[in-house]
Amino acid sequence: MEKFEKMTGLVAPMDRSNVDTDAIIPKQFLKSIKRAGFGPNLFDEWRYLDHGEPGMDNSVRPLNTDFVFNQPRYQGASILLARENFGCGSSREHAPWALLDYGFRVIIAPGYADIFFNNCFKNGILPIVLDAQVVDGLFQAVAANEGYELSVDLEAQTIITPDGKSIAFDVEEFRQHCLLNGLDDIGLTLQHVDDIRVYETRRKQETPWLF
Amino acid sequence: MAGKTLYDKLWDAHVVRRQEDGTCLLYIDRHLVHEVTSPQAFEGLRLAGRKPWRVDANLATPDHNVPTTPPEKGGRAQGITDPVARLQVETLDNNCDEFGITEFKMDDIRQGIVHVISPEQGATLPGMTLVCGDSHTSTHGALGALAHGIGTSEVEHVLATQCLIQRKSKNMLVSIDGAVGPGVTAKDIVLAIIGEIGTAGGTGYAIEFGGEGIRDLSIEGRMTVCNMAIEGGARAGMVGVDQKTIDYVKGRPYAPTDEQWEAAVAAWRELHSDDDAQFDHIVRINGADIQPQVTWGTSPEMVVPVDGRVPDPAQQSDAVKADGMRAALVYMGLEANTPINEINIDKAFIGSCTNSRIEDLRAAAVVAKGRKVADNVKLAMVVPGSGLVKAQAEKEDKIFIEAGFEWREPGCSMCLAMNADKLEPGERCASTSNRNFEGRQGQGGRTHLVSPAMAAAAAVVGHFVDVREI
Repeated sequence: MEKFEKMTGLVAPMDRSNVDTDAIIPKQFLKSIKRAGFGPNLFDEWRYLDHGEPGMDNSVRPLNTDFVFNQPRYQGASILLARENFGCGSSREHAPWALLDYGFRVIIAPGYADIFFNNCFKNGILPIVLDAQVVDGLFQAVAANEGYELSVDLEAQTIITPDGKSIAFDVEEFRQHCLLNGLDDIGLTLQHVDDIRVYETRRKQETPWLF
Repeated sequence: MAGKTLYDKLWDAHVVRRQEDGTCLLYIDRHLVHEVTSPQAFEGLRLAGRKPWRVDANLATPDHNVPTTPPEKGGRAQGITDPVARLQVETLDNNCDEFGITEFKMDDIRQGIVHVISPEQGATLPGMTLVCGDSHTSTHGALGALAHGIGTSEVEHVLATQCLIQRKSKNMLVSIDGAVGPGVTAKDIVLAIIGEIGTAGGTGYAIEFGGEGIRDLSIEGRMTVCNMAIEGGARAGMVGVDQKTIDYVKGRPYAPTDEQWEAAVAAWRELHSDDDAQFDHIVRINGADIQPQVTWGTSPEMVVPVDGRVPDPAQQSDAVKADGMRAALVYMGLEANTPINEINIDKAFIGSCTNSRIEDLRAAAVVAKGRKVADNVKLAMVVPGSGLVKAQAEKEDKIFIEAGFEWREPGCSMCLAMNADKLEPGERCASTSNRNFEGRQGQGGRTHLVSPAMAAAAAVVGHFVDVREI
């Protein structure tokens, strides 16, 4: 997993609550057996006017020019500003894979669905939770200022706005540690092989029907 | 010291190691695998030169992509026609063969939706931790297990280590106080709960469902309720063990036998919240107040009783919510204040991990018996949850076929429309599945979530109707 320390990036707004993983990456694209290449189909049903299927040349498909991501001012965005309960629905990790492949490294929202939130950290995406009013303020600022960028510092747990204001956020210590160092969870867990074996030995005695 | 909740007990029994900041290594007893969320995990395992930690803890089946076409329309004999989908199922077969994982392949009578087959086989047991790369894994909590969905990185983690890195959720109790009325089912109960707490109401919590309305349910009914815990935001839903749980498990292929059975039952009888257990949040709903439910919008929380009307965004004071309601009405092609029972349907779908078990099919068959699918309904399909459910239903009667429903092979089918079963743009469907998101059942498709009995009633009448009145 790629490390995450600091970044400054253009902010794109997704101004609706309960954005679900079916919207983030529609199911027809889940048939892939790879992790990469989902970016062109991020928000496929909202982004294009035709029906998308795997294997299509997305560069020639008709764009829905009303869709926010298709506006020239948001091209190259790497920070996604979202509303309540972002990423609800399915556990599909294809959703964070698609966001990452599109170019997003940070999401800012008042809240996320639990599984999606967890999946982001496993893929080097930082999902930041801020108070709904603060998020609302950011939506207004993004709308009012073309080229609106934020700077995110994971170590310091702060966001710096273009006018120099600092917004603090919280990340669980262990998640912060893993993301800052780009650590592989499996490698970390395998440092505790002895603990797992001790646990299994005990449970085989106590609950043999589980083995 | 206060007593423990069921969730506390299940969690505590599975902690392998606890870090100072509260992050735990949690042991996983059962891992269910299907074709969509596992290929990248197996590939990761191979690239790192790792092997599954405990092969016998895994059980696999293809379900999302498999064709459910009935034999008279070509059936399974023609295989999967979509080459991308076929490759995904073949990849699962190859991965399971390579690593020695038990898989019920497409031609096995035990194949079916992963959340139907595991309890059916006794592979889900009380007191287990169980995970799967699918959010509806919460279903298995109905047996007094701690079960939740995981992403593909965690699928790989479980395969490689038999553990997950987790932090404990908070405890929520949702109690259905008093019995529900006749004709009100598990699906209506869980839709009413989601209507009450909202789709993010359970975020950060593990939900225990309790109270008379839940205890009265069969184990299959409890599975329907726990299945949709995730639609209320909670990764895990669960119900305490009682005699029904033990009777359900007894004699199933993977269940313990003889002396181990006696020991297991003794341990399982402790799997309920203590009388003095502390919950972080308690929601109480009066069972008698719950009516048959119908969703009207594009989120499961957008739900009303069948005798209600489509709500009016003008009455909603929260601006973001009102915008969401307006967008939902446009997508669904509905006007505010329309009576629910005046909404005509184009298709009906009875199936999915929420409602494709034998009791679900029986409940729908009672309504369909002696009636015919209405002329305005283009297709009413019944998709059993497993090959064994299908065989059992066929042994009992031919009601669906006589009523003009299409009787199909087991799989996820039109719940998420990954295979060929999907709605056309603008088509309206009475569906027993779990999500009414935009495009879920096919791009432009309009989904109304209902119980099996309500879906059958809509199919034979042609529009939504209170199943208690036909």
